[in-house]
Amino acid sequence: METNLLVAGFGGQGVMMLGKLISYAACDNSDKKITFFPSYGAEQRGGTANCYVVISDDDIGAPVGDRMDDLIVMNGPSLQRFLPLLRPGGNLFINSSVVKEQIARDDLHVVAAPVTELALEMGNAKVLNVIMLGVYIGYTEVLGADLVEQTILQKLGKKQALIPLNKEAFARGIAIGEAARA
Amino acid sequence: MEKIYTRTAGIRPDVISGFCPGCMHSTVIKLIGEVLEELNLLDRAVGVLGIGCCGLHMEYMSYDNTTAPHGRACAVASGLKRAAPESLVYTYQGDGDFASIGLGESMSAANRGENFTVIFINNGIYGMTGGQLAPTTLLGMKSSTTPNGRIAEEHGYPMHMCEILDQLTAPHYLERTSCNTPQNTLRTKTAIRKAFQYQMEGKGFSMVEVITSCPTNWGMSELKALDFLEEKMFTEYPLGVIRDRG
Amino acid sequence: MERIFMKGCEAIAETAVRAGCRFFAGYPITPQNEIPEYFSRRMPEVGGTFIQGESELASVNMVYGAASAGVRSMTSSSSPGISLKSEGISYCASARIPMVYVNVSRGGPGVGSIQPAQMDYLQATKASGNGGFQMMVFAPATVQEAVDMTWLAFDCADRDRNPVLILCDGVIGTMMEPVQLPELKSDVELAAIRESKRSWAAVGHKLDYNNRGWIQPGNWSTAVLQHQNEEAAALYASWQKNDVQVETCYLDDAQLVVVAYGISARVSRSVVEDLRAQGKKVGMIRPRTLHPFPYETIAALDYGRVKRLLTVEMSIPAQMLQDVELAVQGRCPVDTCLASGGNLIRKQQVRAALEKRLG
Repeated sequence: METNLLVAGFGGQGVMMLGKLISYAACDNSDKKITFFPSYGAEQRGGTANCYVVISDDDIGAPVGDRMDDLIVMNGPSLQRFLPLLRPGGNLFINSSVVKEQIARDDLHVVAAPVTELALEMGNAKVLNVIMLGVYIGYTEVLGADLVEQTILQKLGKKQALIPLNKEAFARGIAIGEAARA
Repeated sequence: MEKIYTRTAGIRPDVISGFCPGCMHSTVIKLIGEVLEELNLLDRAVGVLGIGCCGLHMEYMSYDNTTAPHGRACAVASGLKRAAPESLVYTYQGDGDFASIGLGESMSAANRGENFTVIFINNGIYGMTGGQLAPTTLLGMKSSTTPNGRIAEEHGYPMHMCEILDQLTAPHYLERTSCNTPQNTLRTKTAIRKAFQYQMEGKGFSMVEVITSCPTNWGMSELKALDFLEEKMFTEYPLGVIRDRG
Repeated sequence: MERIFMKGCEAIAETAVRAGCRFFAGYPITPQNEIPEYFSRRMPEVGGTFIQGESELASVNMVYGAASAGVRSMTSSSSPGISLKSEGISYCASARIPMVYVNVSRGGPGVGSIQPAQMDYLQATKASGNGGFQMMVFAPATVQEAVDMTWLAFDCADRDRNPVLILCDGVIGTMMEPVQLPELKSDVELAAIRESKRSWAAVGHKLDYNNRGWIQPGNWSTAVLQHQNEEAAALYASWQKNDVQVETCYLDDAQLVVVAYGISARVSRSVVEDLRAQGKKVGMIRPRTLHPFPYETIAALDYGRVKRLLTVEMSIPAQMLQDVELAVQGRCPVDTCLASGGNLIRKQQVRAALEKRLG
């Protein structure tokens, strides 16, 4: 069993951290093989940012697979660019606050979540990636939600004040993901 | 009979100078050996030698040394001294090595205030390769690559390394000396001693620039070269202390 | 043992520290900046030295100096920067100074691209500087292997008094994987390592002309230099006998054999596994050391059965191909499956290349 995930968006949307949090959680709480491969534009900020995460029971060959099982897109251009990579029957997670384009395929499971708006509602635009992580985990259950939450709090909880915020962001995402699954 | 002079233990007992007549490398090498012996540092000393005639230093010295790639002596010395801070480390470099190909390494090491000493031998010309233009060649001075003499419009002007380094904040001690007279030779020895003492006190970058003659590549007799030194070289490169932070 | 999720570059740097590296100098270049950045944080914690050199030339020569003082030392760069370092590497090889350096290689030639590539193979294995010296070259295919090879590289460097290169493509350098790290060497162990180099290190010696620390990257005597080169040649020859590292799979009955290293190898391996599951007679050879190269493994294939080899490299033109052909000696065709300029080798590309030849 091998899961290929691509997370794509603008620099500054926490795309890399989203991919890393899944990877850290899998590393700390399972015996699975994991690869995380980042791909940046040449710009330090505002360029494209995407990362490939592979979680597998066996040795991983390509850290960048030919086909993705899951695709998380945080902005419009990423949808255009990466949608063809998603395998038939794959899961597409979109940040519907930003991605307004029509999905030009009908062979996918689409989970839309307005994570930018939700983050702003919560008073901190930065937590959009944690909400989206919750959506992804709630829907796919590739890892236990409690384990991922532990990892989030460990990696993002250096400032005590941010712990409740991240907890809530993740919980809201989980709720959206679970609802979409049902 | 009373022995009043003997060769320093800093020089191998079994060698005689192979430098060209009138070259001052042998004098400077002797002075370094004497200072190290007097300061009781011979068993802690490491010379980092540049490429060119400076590299011949190796043939005479009795203590540890390494040879750097051309121009990189200040980088090698930076690494060596940081890895062995208890050692006395100096570079021994000519003008081509220190001021041309090694300008980046020289400036950067000085700017970091690396705690080693540069002995910079400036004779205004490349020696071993056969008398080519150096950054320090005087205007009008002929070299094997400036057969009509150095022309400012084409080759730029002689570079004054002590004054250039004096623009940096970090260097602790910069002095320009020569070995053309007994007095100047003694001053050079005093300057080298001071630089080494500063280094052992951890005071940072120090340099002694020694203006020397190269009769072979200047195309002069040894005595004529001494006149040229006084009349031309010292005018372009005045001797004295450029910086001494004490 | 604890699993830590680490980036290749950082895992290499941490392993170097644990192996006793106490001097690092480097210069910024993508995609290896995490190595110097890591050392800049880590070295002060262990009493080591980090210097950001003013250039690659300066950095490698700082390492030459520090290693000449007997301290385990390292530098790193990426392809164009490695070319600049070749001056200092040649000096270290000539003066028999142990040091380790890492090439997190990117697209070339020239400034090339910042994306991963395997375009420095020939430079790494044949001529990393003037004068015909050689080095052991390790090629990790996982972050864990980058850790293991870095650890071993310091031992090989000290054993041989020679530079060792870790040729790590940009994928292995920038990707993250779970790793298990070796224990930090103790101060006592480090002191013993340094003491073992005391006789030749240039840090000062009791006055004795015949036993001083005399680091010589050459010699005025052509006879002495020839003798030194003969000794070096004997050392290089010993690697071929003792130090080849190679991974093979399915060679017992394979008719089509892939040869690949680094990232290309792990991508190829997964394709080979897929095809094996379909009963296809494919096998694979993965050099873990590029120098010494596993010529014997390739030469020993049963060419009555093996009909064809396929080298998979992220380099156009192919480079490792030359070594593979040297071992095959015309006994079967050797084909290539290539990407270049910073493009990754993809599974579908390797699969197509293999399926075409399986018929």
